[in-house]
Amino acid sequence: MDLHFGDSKPTDEERAAVDGLLGPPESPWEGASDRPDADLRWALGGRTARDRRDLLLPGLHAVNDRIGWISEGALAYLCRRLTVPPAEAYGVATFYSLFAVRPRPATVVQVCTDLACAARGSAELCSSLEARLGAPGTPVAGGAVWEKSPCLGLCERAPAALVVRAGPPAAPSWLGAQFPAPLSGHVNSAPPAFEERGSGGGAPSYGKGRGGEEAPSRATAVLAPATVDAITRAAAEPESAEPEPPAAMAVPQAGQKGLILLKRIGRIDPHSLDDYRATGGYEALRRAFHLGPAEVIREVTDAGLLGRGGAAFPTGRKWQATASQPDHPHYLVCNADESEPGTFKDRVLMEGDPYALIEAMTIAGYATGAHLGYLYLRGEYPRALERLTHALAQARARGLLGGNVLGQGYAFDIEIRRGAGAYICGEETALFNSIEGYRGEPRSKPPFPVEKGLFGKPTTANNVETLVNVLPILTMGAQAYAAIGTPASTGPKLFCVSGKVERPGIYELPFGATLGDLLELAGKPDQLRAVLLGGAAGGFVRGDELDIPLTFEGTRAAGTTLGSGVVLALDDTVPLPRLLLRIAEFFRDESCGQCVPCRVGTVRQEEALHRIAERTGAAAADDIALLRDVGRAMKDASICGLGQTAWNAVESAIDRLGTYA
Amino acid sequence: MTAIPLQPPRRLVEFTLDGEPVRVPEGATVLDACRAAGKDIPTLCEGDTLTPKNACRVCVVEVEGARTLAPACSRRAEPGMAVRTDTERARHSRRLVLELLASSVDLSTTPRVQEWLKEYEAKPGRFGPDAARLNESPKVDNDLYVRDYDKCILCYKCVDACGEQWQNTFAIAVAGRGFDARIAVEHDAPLTDSACVYCGNCIEVCPTGALSFKSEFDMRAAGTWDEEAQTETTTVCAYCGVGCNLTLHVQDNEIVKVTSPHDNPVTHGNLCIKGRFGYQHVQNRD
Repeated sequence: MDLHFGDSKPTDEERAAVDGLLGPPESPWEGASDRPDADLRWALGGRTARDRRDLLLPGLHAVNDRIGWISEGALAYLCRRLTVPPAEAYGVATFYSLFAVRPRPATVVQVCTDLACAARGSAELCSSLEARLGAPGTPVAGGAVWEKSPCLGLCERAPAALVVRAGPPAAPSWLGAQFPAPLSGHVNSAPPAFEERGSGGGAPSYGKGRGGEEAPSRATAVLAPATVDAITRAAAEPESAEPEPPAAMAVPQAGQKGLILLKRIGRIDPHSLDDYRATGGYEALRRAFHLGPAEVIREVTDAGLLGRGGAAFPTGRKWQATASQPDHPHYLVCNADESEPGTFKDRVLMEGDPYALIEAMTIAGYATGAHLGYLYLRGEYPRALERLTHALAQARARGLLGGNVLGQGYAFDIEIRRGAGAYICGEETALFNSIEGYRGEPRSKPPFPVEKGLFGKPTTANNVETLVNVLPILTMGAQAYAAIGTPASTGPKLFCVSGKVERPGIYELPFGATLGDLLELAGKPDQLRAVLLGGAAGGFVRGDELDIPLTFEGTRAAGTTLGSGVVLALDDTVPLPRLLLRIAEFFRDESCGQCVPCRVGTVRQEEALHRIAERTGAAAADDIALLRDVGRAMKDASICGLGQTAWNAVESAIDRLGTYA
Repeated sequence: MTAIPLQPPRRLVEFTLDGEPVRVPEGATVLDACRAAGKDIPTLCEGDTLTPKNACRVCVVEVEGARTLAPACSRRAEPGMAVRTDTERARHSRRLVLELLASSVDLSTTPRVQEWLKEYEAKPGRFGPDAARLNESPKVDNDLYVRDYDKCILCYKCVDACGEQWQNTFAIAVAGRGFDARIAVEHDAPLTDSACVYCGNCIEVCPTGALSFKSEFDMRAAGTWDEEAQTETTTVCAYCGVGCNLTLHVQDNEIVKVTSPHDNPVTHGNLCIKGRFGYQHVQNRD
């Protein structure tokens, strides 16, 4: 590779942002400024130079976090440091919606306009914002810009907004010392580039109040429910925002007896490892070490655990398939890129019980023979990032991660990778590409991840909720766990209830409860018109189909899907065509663009839905036939699940609810 | 004479193709089997010198037992699999892919596509006059070749040829996302500011004419491009000792474009700037 980096130079601040992640450059080949003669006698190249490609995404985050956008000079410097072709890095930077490659104000306000927020007044919020601050995308006085965003995963407190102000890192309140270096060769030893404070909280920040010479430090604020006043205030000063309510507020059942997955939410301090251990934490890992990897896999298989991310693949089989691969190393990936509109269960788990996920990942790594786990976290979850980062540091300090976990001679560590605003990265192979520093485009399968996954090695990829279910399997035993729920769908399940219910939030119910049972708990609206199951990729059912059992087999038999557990209740106040249009917009925005059926099909779907937004009956018939044609091709011929499901919700609304009839 | 490289013998895989038993060497794709059996499957993003990205999905076939259709170009033949190439389901997806492409991209210089549109009874006009199109204008930023991205179907072949599959120059990549994704140099800069070495290997693999010689582009604009009137003469490049084969496309006694035979064991269709574009001295008559 003879790379060409152009003439653009980074500013001192951009250089500092990159060096903060990668350390100072060791030679002019990497971008150091002075070039001694000796340096002309060797060249940095080959595998060692290219081996750090996976730090491209963290590097882009570092620049974007600090400056607010990624300039030509910053990109060129980052490329030089990592030996990445600038054209490819530009392709990666422009893939993610949270990055900008054109100048923009330091403060960006994302206002969610997705399904749950639309059902709770996001349209009105946006029009008032437009009246107050101007059209989305136009900078307002004071250096901020607001834009409409896909689901922010705050559906229980809709409508939601997220404010991010770029700036130099603020020291997290809890962070005393530098993190110990994790194990992997891919990993940097410098402190990571995330510097979230408790969102909107009062943690001290560097840079501010020192005579106003330095830029204010990076800050985030989560506003939910968001109002025009709160957004305007937080856009000017994110620190002034009201502190976010504790994660337990998203769990109406918090504190109730009999909960398994949510038992600690609201009852322990999510920062405290002692609290976690005092409530049964790390019992499951001890049992795992006692059983040995093969027996752990057998327990998980016998328990009948099915993946909770939406595809319902048997977890034990996946683990077994990875564990038996002769190629090494094996990797574990936790898919915490929860972006399905209406889904927020993983956020609540990570914010309310972060150590549980770390323990579960350690067990999964042990069972599948992995020594490094990647936790790919949604870019829009600042509080989960703060909690998990803290929990990882604590676990390392206490010997629960590192070279010798619990003194058992097993080495395991976890690295967090932040997503940057791309729904498609929730698809496992797109997620691998994203971690590896490529565009988050899905790969074709076969080969499957268990054979060739992350970095081309055998990889287990599991959803957060799936992993957390492993803990009760090991503490209760497979038999007792399998006794919960139905024979085909075992265990407890988390449901993300949002929309027009009295008590939106995460509910834990054993598999087998009906839709009616769940909505009863959450406070069903009087005029229940329809329920969206499984999110934008799921399907609608009618308001009178409350006896559908919420199991994988039950929803399948009813011709719908459980997906990731989204239950979005709708009454008559939100016109369905508008929601369908929002779903179509979502898929058009989030299509990666790789395959034709999805890239163009999602555009044609949106166009047709626009045409018939106000039409019914014969006036809509032609476009509905067109939608069916396009939808069928997307379902049959798209590369990945995004395109294959992009028409599901619209189809179910037409066929089941009789929209446009 | 072209040397035929010998390969170690491979085991044969047996499966059924449209009900007929077929045997192909292990590692062969369903498309290889189709071609060997004389079946004409449309392809766009597949290329004989590249590993296909299987992005266009125009070659989809039905594999018995599979939930979705499979791209024939990259699905490897497996023993015992049953493949149907001409089912209503496969033809539906092919028709839609052709309609979606033809309604958004300028396919006027894509070989064979008019024939396929007819064969699959595709009606690209059904998406209405307001259907979104790429709406790109040709990028003419150097004297050698033109990038007309209004004709780009995003097959990734030029990116693969420029990058790790052949040239290792990495001057271009896909930027943006979804319908707004485009092939681009970093920061959408002109080629002259990029790492491009003007080998033209991207032109060689482009299936739609989005990338073309400046000479071809100008002649098409002037209405003088006439492929019927062109002759093709394969010769050996005289610039260095590698011995690349050049195919000179000549119209009215002028070289109008240079390609290289894809089955040539030296080039596999690839050339360097001298072989590809350094022909002016031949027709310098002063």
